[in-house]
Parts: sequence; C-alpha cells; structure tokens
Amino acid sequence: MTYIRDVTALARKDLLLELRARDTLPAMLLFVVAALVVFHFALPGSSSQLASKGLLWVAIIFTALLGLARAFAAEREQGLLDGLVLAPCDRSAIWLGKTFAMLMFLVLAEVVALPLYALFYSGIGWSTIAGVALANLGICAVGTLLAAMAAASRARELMLPLLFLPLAVPIVVGGVGASVVAASGRYLALLAVYDAVFAIISWASFEYVVTE
Amino acid sequence: MWLRNNALVASAGAAAVLVCAAVVLIFFWVPVDADQGFSQKIFYFHVPIALTAYLCFGWGAWKALLHLWKRPPGADLESYVAIHLGVIFGALTLITGSIWARVSWGIWWTWSSRQLVLFLVLFLFYAAYFMLRYSVDPGPARANISAVYALFGVVLIPISFLAIRLAEDFIHPTVFTSRGPQMAGSMFFTFCVSWAAMIALATALYQLELAGKRMDRTLRELREALE
Repeated sequence: MTYIRDVTALARKDLLLELRARDTLPAMLLFVVAALVVFHFALPGSSSQLASKGLLWVAIIFTALLGLARAFAAEREQGLLDGLVLAPCDRSAIWLGKTFAMLMFLVLAEVVALPLYALFYSGIGWSTIAGVALANLGICAVGTLLAAMAAASRARELMLPLLFLPLAVPIVVGGVGASVVAASGRYLALLAVYDAVFAIISWASFEYVVTE
Repeated sequence: MWLRNNALVASAGAAAVLVCAAVVLIFFWVPVDADQGFSQKIFYFHVPIALTAYLCFGWGAWKALLHLWKRPPGADLESYVAIHLGVIFGALTLITGSIWARVSWGIWWTWSSRQLVLFLVLFLFYAAYFMLRYSVDPGPARANISAVYALFGVVLIPISFLAIRLAEDFIHPTVFTSRGPQMAGSMFFTFCVSWAAMIALATALYQLELAGKRMDRTLRELREALE
C-alpha cells in the first residue's frame, strides 16, 4: 500500500512540476506537429498511404525521445536524485512514478498528434490506436530507465537516442505492423510481450542504475 | 592444476590447432556444394562466427547478472571483455554475410536475411554500450549501469528476432532460403570443427584481453602505491 502511495506521490510531483514550469509538454506538442508538417514534404506525391503510417511511428518515437531526454533534468540540476535514493521508499517506485508521468506526457502529445495525422494524411483505425497505446507503455518503461542511465553519463542528452533506438526496433515493427497489416493481432501481441518483458526488467534493475 | 595456471596458453594452443584443422577441412576435404559451388565455403566461417558472437553476448550478460547478484570482483571487467569480443565477432558476421550475399545474390546488403538484420540491430545496440561505458566515470556506478544495459541486450536478441521475422510480412513477402534443406555428414562435421575453432579462438582472445586488462590494473595500483 505504501508502495502505491510512494508512486503516486512521485508521479504527482512530476506532473505538478510540469504544470508550473511547462517546459516539456509544449515542446513535445510543437515538435510532433512540426514533424507531421515536415513529413508532407518528405513524402513524394506517388508514395502510398502506408508510407505515411510508417512516418507516424517515427514521429511518435522521436517525440517520446524529446520528452524522455528531459525526464531527469530537474533531478539532475537540483541534485534531487540523491535525495530520492536516500528516501525511505523502494527505489523502483522512483522509476514507476517517473514512467507514469512520462506516459501522461506522451499520451497528451498523441491526443493532439493522432487527430492531426488523420486530418493531414489518412484515417486511423482502432488497431493503430491499440498499437499506440501498447507501444506507449514499452517506450516509457524502457525510456525512463535509459534516461536515468543517460543522466549518469557525461554525454547526457546525446546518449539517450543512441541507447534507445536499437531497443525501439521491435516497437516500430509492432506498431507499423498493427497499423498497416489487416490481421494486426500478431503485432499487438508482439507489443504486449515487449511491454511485459521490458517493464519487468526495467522495474527490477532500476535500483542498480541509481545506486552504487 | 597446470591447466588452470596456463589457461591462456592452453586455449591459445587449442585455438591454433582447431583453426588450422578447420581451414584444412574447409578447403581441402569437404566436397564443394552442388548448388552454390566454391562460394558456399564461406558458410563454414559465417555461421560459426555468428553463433560465437551470440555466445559472447550471452556470456557477457551472464557475467553482468553475476555482478548485480553476487558482486564477485572482476565480473564487470569480464562482462565488458566478453561483449567487446562479441562486437568484434558480430562485425565479422556482418562482413562475411555481406560477402556471401554479394557472391550468391549479387548484392552487398539484403534486408531479407534475418540474421544479418538482427546482427545490424545488435551491432548498433552494443556500439551504444561502448558509448555509454566510456561516457560514465569508472567506478561502481559504471559497473552497474553497464551490467543493466548488457542484460537488456540479451533480452533484446529473441524479441528482435521475433520482430524481424514479423516485419518480413509487410516489408518482404518473399522468403529467401540461403542454403539447402540438409547438410551432408561431411559438411556437418566440418561445420562443427569450424565452430569449435571459433569458440576456442574467442576463449583465447577473451583470456588474453582479460590478462592484459588485469595487468594494466595491477600496474596502475602499484604506481599509485609508489607515489
């Protein structure tokens, strides 16, 4: 019970910080809109609707990366992470709280991006929405852990895309497959397996990333 | 006892003998493949190297797990050296695979060979491992972070394999078969010898690299003690 309370308190802290400072979500929103506009010029007129579906997934991954790169910025600048690690709560609660906050940001960005995509390019089916929902979990779970790793390195923001993109290949395959193939069940299953496996190992290994 | 003290010498000797045996078997003994001709001989290098790379990644992840679990001294270094070798063997897999693709299909790269695509993803992943490792100051924090990332890698291998297989349905509907359904007995034997040679080579390199790194550390400690 205290675990759930810790997680909600930590997630609430991140959401409150964002509500007051507003430095991540507006950037993500603006980025995803700008990316969708740029894609119009990246796609030659004769390319199919399917190509734009693939680009939608590129936009989602990069928007998430933009937010994740800032995930531990406040903690780092204020030296807060040491305090959180010393707090009498399970370390994995820090990861879970941060993952929830990131998930919230990403979902809010997509609430704008998906209708805009439908307006600019083509309609979006339920399987795409299910794919996006499942992919969000995996992106935020893995991304938050990698963001903590990147925050510990000297290269910081530079490091995160390098760490994340090879791990995002199965997410892109599952997401694009769910969007473009009629029988989307297998791709959604791949996303679900990815989420389950990587959420468990991220949850179990976060403690080692922030402690010595 | 002798074996334990001279593991490097023993494995280097075994590697030398096995690699020579494998080369002799591949070029002078095993019959030329009926379909692909002489170029099929690269199979005896490409596949054993790829399997050895997997073994290196697996061994690196096992040492990483040991580091997080029981914290034996040196597990971090062993994990790093194993992954380092895995990346070298992985790069060799990409190169030999590319040569094989050029000879048999006329192209240097094909997205329809699952193994090659998987190795490209893994190569990128483990290249990022090095970037991460050299971007964190040496110490227990670096050991932990490297170990966690190495564990992610070994989980990524099967999931990526599954994903690449599924991706073929919307990227490449046709399936290439790169070799015949069955290997003759002599081919299988040559393949096994070649694989054993690659494993012995990897073991020898692993011990050599490890010995070098340990000596380096001892030297540094000695120097610090003198100052």
